[in-house]
Amino acid sequence: MASLKALKIRIGSVKSTQKITKAMKMVAAAKLRRAQQGAEAGRPYSSRMTGVVTSLASRVVPGPQSPKLLTGTGKDDTHLIIVATSDRGLAGAFNTNVVRLARKAADELIAQGKTVLFYIIGRKGRPVIQRLYPKGIVAQYDTSAMKAPTYADAQRIAQDIIDRYTTDSIDVVHLAYANFRSTLVQEPTVEQIIPVPRGTQQDERGAASGPPAAVEYEPDEEDILADLLPRNIAVQIYHALLENQAGFYGSQMTAMDNATRNAGDMINRLSIQYNRQRQAAITTELVEIISGAEAL
Amino acid sequence: MADLHFELVTPDRLVMSDDVYMVVVPGTEGESGIMAGHAPYMTTLRNGEVAIYRTQGAQPERISVTGGFAEVGERGLTVLAESAEA
Repeated sequence: MASLKALKIRIGSVKSTQKITKAMKMVAAAKLRRAQQGAEAGRPYSSRMTGVVTSLASRVVPGPQSPKLLTGTGKDDTHLIIVATSDRGLAGAFNTNVVRLARKAADELIAQGKTVLFYIIGRKGRPVIQRLYPKGIVAQYDTSAMKAPTYADAQRIAQDIIDRYTTDSIDVVHLAYANFRSTLVQEPTVEQIIPVPRGTQQDERGAASGPPAAVEYEPDEEDILADLLPRNIAVQIYHALLENQAGFYGSQMTAMDNATRNAGDMINRLSIQYNRQRQAAITTELVEIISGAEAL
Repeated sequence: MADLHFELVTPDRLVMSDDVYMVVVPGTEGESGIMAGHAPYMTTLRNGEVAIYRTQGAQPERISVTGGFAEVGERGLTVLAESAEA
């Protein structure tokens, strides 16, 4: 049985923990609003970009001259998985979920005899991946200095990926991140970004249905593709970063809300225990005094 | 004549989504005016101004854009720009 003093100290410490989690919850809620707006505002661009690129991809006949970013290298031996996580923890299972999905994808590929490499964005994904696939990590993009993801960051990451794609003989690139559905639901997702998936994504413009219309290109098709494809990758990464950011704050808010509630429950339980013990002590003392008085 | 569905999007937001009469986009190889029923067309953009004519003969609204491209499909004209300022 803990002493009265020990209980009191315990209650005090749980209370201060609760204060911290409550503050973190409120900070996360405030940041969530902004991040959510950012993520939602970025959606039209990336979905239209995907639409344009897929409709282009479905029209282009793969040939030896067609850009590698569009049609791939013709092999699928080496896969690069970009794992986008957050820099901070205390957000429930947010990072765990993303990493778990990336691992699942990686294990499936490894089981098929492919080589899998990782490109890490954010601090939290690294330890697990490093432990499980010690030689897998090719690079890490440090996001700890930035407050909110910017398009410039995404462009830098995209450029890095494209450089590696051409020099490190990578055949397929996947992107793992958490899609922000709501404050409570973040959906871990793995998407293939290089080569551009064909036919798998139903083009929202309906270009997949009916014969492809003849499109007039200005300047010519190759120039447009050469401009468009790197940009598409940057946009997809930017989209992932924004969704991740919103998802992280949503997840953190939920986690901190739970923690605050748990701390409240714990304080209640400890207070009851504390009061019972205090009363027990008083009763014992009274009994001692009364029986002492009677003995006289 | 039906209006042209026009959308202008940047990575940060959907700047405009509206039905208009004509839009002039600054293509890399020259400006082109797009009206409803235009054939499928795609061009990269140079930095310049997109002029939006809401009705025939109206004063154009001008939005300066940097980088990006324009696409005309069955659903109308979509301009994807890196940034846009009115």
